Amino acid sequence: MATADSARQWTSSPLGAASPSAPRGPRPLGLWVYVFAGILFGVVLTKAEVISWFRIQEMFRFQGFHMFGIFATALPTGIVTVQAIKRRGIRTVRDEAIVLSPKQWGRGIRYLVGGTIFGLGWALTGACPGPLFALLGTGVGVMSVAIGSALLGIWTYGWLRPRLPH
Amino acid sequence: MYDALSQPWPWYIAGPLIGCFPALLLLLGNKAFGVSSNLRHACAAVFPSGLAHFRYDWRREGAWNLAFALGICLGGVIAGVWFRNPAPVAIATRTTADLAALGIRDFSGLVPGDLFRWGSLLSLRGWALLGGGGFLVGFGTAYAGGCTSGHGLAGVADLQGPSVLALLGFFAGGVAGTFLLLPFVLGL
Repeated sequence: MATADSARQWTSSPLGAASPSAPRGPRPLGLWVYVFAGILFGVVLTKAEVISWFRIQEMFRFQGFHMFGIFATALPTGIVTVQAIKRRGIRTVRDEAIVLSPKQWGRGIRYLVGGTIFGLGWALTGACPGPLFALLGTGVGVMSVAIGSALLGIWTYGWLRPRLPH
Repeated sequence: MYDALSQPWPWYIAGPLIGCFPALLLLLGNKAFGVSSNLRHACAAVFPSGLAHFRYDWRREGAWNLAFALGICLGGVIAGVWFRNPAPVAIATRTTADLAALGIRDFSGLVPGDLFRWGSLLSLRGWALLGGGGFLVGFGTAYAGGCTSGHGLAGVADLQGPSVLALLGFFAGGVAGTFLLLPFVLGL
């Protein structure tokens, strides 16, 4: 019995139509796809030297164009591609609808104050979350201490959250 | 060939490529691009402590993103170890001079080797830089609800006002941190 059931499961269509209990809708992509996308992102961040403490210092001191050139080309590219997806109603590769949830303004305090606190830390570590992971890969093992401390920071936020203005 | 691949990429190549990632993740699976969510997923997985902020199904919501973060790390191995740029980062000479005045001596890698090494953890300076800096990055990103990728790139690409405000905050904090906090920390 069990063998027959599992055999039927394995041979069912990708949409799971053969089994009434299977969730409707297309099967999501395997996690390896996201690992691969992450590899591409990590390679670009590293080759662009966006993960370099020196580049971040050069940016915050307004002494070089490199990082500003990256922002000045990345942001318009992001705006054009994401707006094209929204306006043309483009769907995912598995034909799911693409839905972007708008950010809630609240009183706006969290964005300015939280953003500024983040910036203070960014100036010290020279790395925001993406680069923290990339730097670990390039062999700066001590970045794991910064990642561990960031986890502690997030946990502290989770603990203080009911008392903080948003 | 190896020489060409070990070169750093100019901003006009790297910038447009970076800008494609929010759209790429939407097309792959309607995923909101943002790296800092992984830190929240890690907290939810390891020490949720009953806090409401960490009470959600992190496997269901975060598995794809944790896979993405693993990929970023592997990308660092490929571009930073296998195809490592042997030359120092070509920052402006004024920046080199300013940083030398703050006591930085090792300009050979992507990060100053005299600060970002395990031995730094024997000093208050090292803990303030790595531990303090990491804590502020984590707390700030959670409070702001996103980081450079989630707000700065994906939020701005979606023309979200709150993300533009957050990006301004990132920058204001970064400049203040560079001129006020960093000299203090490096003087410890």
